[in-house]
Amino acid sequence: MDFALSTEQRLLVESLRAFVDQELYPHEAEVERTGELRPELIERIKAKAIEQGFYAANMPEELGGGGLDHVSTALLERELGKASFALQSIVGRPSNILQACAGDQVERYLLPTVRGERLECLAMTEPGAGSDLRAMTTRAEPDGSGPDGKGYVINGAKHFISEAERADFTILFAVTGVEETARGPRKKITAFLVDMGTPGFEVRRGPTPVSHRGHHPCELIFTDCRIGADQVLGEVGRGFEVANTWLGATRIWVAANCVGRAQRALDLAVEWAATRKQFGQTIGRFQGTSFKLADMATEIAAAEFLTLHAAWKLGQGAMTDQDAAMAKLYASEMLGRVTDHAVQIYGGMGLMEDLPLERLWRDARVERIWDGTSEIQRHIISRALLRPHGG
Amino acid sequence: MKVLVPVKRVIDANVKIRVKADQTGVETANVKMAMNPFCEIAVEEAVRMKEAGTASEVVIVSAGAAQAQETIRTGLAMGADRGVLIQSEAALEPLAVAKLLKAVVEKEGADLVLMGKQAIDGDNNQTGQMLAALLGWPQGTFISKLEKNDSGIKVTREVDGGLEILDLKMPAVLTVDLRLNEPRYASLPNIMKAKKKTIDTFSPEDLGVDVSPRLETIKVVAPPPRKAGVMVDSVAALVDKLRNEAKVI
Ligand SMILES: Cc1cc2nc3c(=O)[nH]c(=O)nc-3n(C[C@H](O)[C@H](O)[C@H](O)COP(=O)(O)OP(=O)(O)OC[C@H]3O[C@@H](n4cnc5c(N)ncnc54)[C@H](O)[C@@H]3O)c2cc1C
Repeated sequence: MDFALSTEQRLLVESLRAFVDQELYPHEAEVERTGELRPELIERIKAKAIEQGFYAANMPEELGGGGLDHVSTALLERELGKASFALQSIVGRPSNILQACAGDQVERYLLPTVRGERLECLAMTEPGAGSDLRAMTTRAEPDGSGPDGKGYVINGAKHFISEAERADFTILFAVTGVEETARGPRKKITAFLVDMGTPGFEVRRGPTPVSHRGHHPCELIFTDCRIGADQVLGEVGRGFEVANTWLGATRIWVAANCVGRAQRALDLAVEWAATRKQFGQTIGRFQGTSFKLADMATEIAAAEFLTLHAAWKLGQGAMTDQDAAMAKLYASEMLGRVTDHAVQIYGGMGLMEDLPLERLWRDARVERIWDGTSEIQRHIISRALLRPHGG
Repeated sequence: MKVLVPVKRVIDANVKIRVKADQTGVETANVKMAMNPFCEIAVEEAVRMKEAGTASEVVIVSAGAAQAQETIRTGLAMGADRGVLIQSEAALEPLAVAKLLKAVVEKEGADLVLMGKQAIDGDNNQTGQMLAALLGWPQGTFISKLEKNDSGIKVTREVDGGLEILDLKMPAVLTVDLRLNEPRYASLPNIMKAKKKTIDTFSPEDLGVDVSPRLETIKVVAPPPRKAGVMVDSVAALVDKLRNEAKVI
């Protein structure tokens, strides 16, 4: 067992820290204040990320990406995770699922996304289908009106879709039929690639969440939206299989973001505890404060080990659903506790918008909800425990 | 033109320095280390010269413990071509380092040595000057600007009274100041390339240099904590204090 970082990993972390420090942190206050990302800011950060080779660093080299191994990707997510989510999202990490592109789709969707010329968003969730994605009702029906006499017509609505406002196309999951199974009828889901601007496809901003200012979840509305048969991603009726093949690791990256953000909260808390004086001494001298710091550091280390271990197993081709679920569950809940303790250590100042802490605390909340709620992660882990016993 | 850039591994500039309890030095166990910031500026300048076509090769050299390899790799990831490590677990004094560097300069046939004006650990500000003296080369210290021309190199020095401009013949030793440039951080492709670049390792004996210490550290103590200042409510009060209390005007 070797826990040491390689030379490249160490250099990558050093360089990412400089990038986050110089390119992202200085703009955080603005994004928090305005709730928006200025187009010039997006261009500038994106250009710098491309220049540094961080853009699409997660994608394989043969596709023009950075070719990072999975542990390195986790380190990248940890370091970028320290900064405002809206800002760090500008450093594109194209969704792995685009690697399922075939034929003309490679030039149309995959490669321009790796190059930073196009941006994707991923649309699964619907008002009636959150944790229970198969309950989705957006449907794509075969329709003979396409140029080749094939194609689909899409009707329905998605919500909470990240990046949709900036995106050039969406990876859409929709119902394409029903199959009979031993447990009764089951919806067949297909993944599609749909360009923004296609007639019958409207994007609008949804409600504003408390977490991650400047990052706006959107609603996608499809009304008789016609697309070609060549816009199916993967096989018809096998959308969830495509998702499972390519998106399983996403939870590790969420966990890594949480670890990075928690480390930042701890650094702030330690600094404060070592300098803020009450009753004639620094508050770090009170065990009530110092033991909190000890617990925070210990939990962060535990979450980091779970996360890097899951990433390492992914690289070995041995990662299971529960590895990713455990990392995501523990890291996101740890982040909630750590940021809460950090606010407590700061006292009133912890709630003030002048410091990054209140934001870290607000931002922590969404991590237990998106990419599978904590309950869904526990469900995955417990099913893996009980299933072999028929329980 | 071959450029040699000596770099030093020091405690990271953001770390709060603590003196060891036994007063023999500062605490380095479990402390984050990094390339001396002035050395980073020197590496950056050398890499820019390479990119501009004025330098043909940039060689990073470090004298120190085995971990100094990491510092050399950082320089290679910034764009330098290869590295030389003079491995010595013993503490090295400026004169010893200057002698080691002289040996490497001669071995490599370097045309220019570009280095930090000082390392932020000891703040000695001696090695560059000593190296120039040992080599018998011209030196330009504290430079904030540098321009290669046909006859040699033109440098702007930051001196107490302002700026001093010197024309130096080559080969030369230059020590760089803070305002020369803003060092880059490594790009991912350069990080990937850095691993494949070679680092040759020598011992002081290989280079025929005696590094035995000439100085003895008696003890290291932390400076006394600074007393809090006082706020004055007017310029007149300030002038009065400066004149009558501090007696400086
Ligand atoms: C800011 C933001 C951005 C998002 N971005 C995207 C995006 O880009 N693309 C996308 O497709 N989706 C996105 N989502 C959606 C996100 O993945 C869902 O919010 C999440 O999956 C939960 O679904 P839900 O909100 O409908 O909650 P529900 O599924 O309604 O859950 C409500 C509660 O019930 C619990 N619950 C549900 N089922 C079970 C069960 N079986 N056992 C125990 N408890 C259960 C949940 O854990 C939760 O506590 C985003 C969400 C947010 C908030």
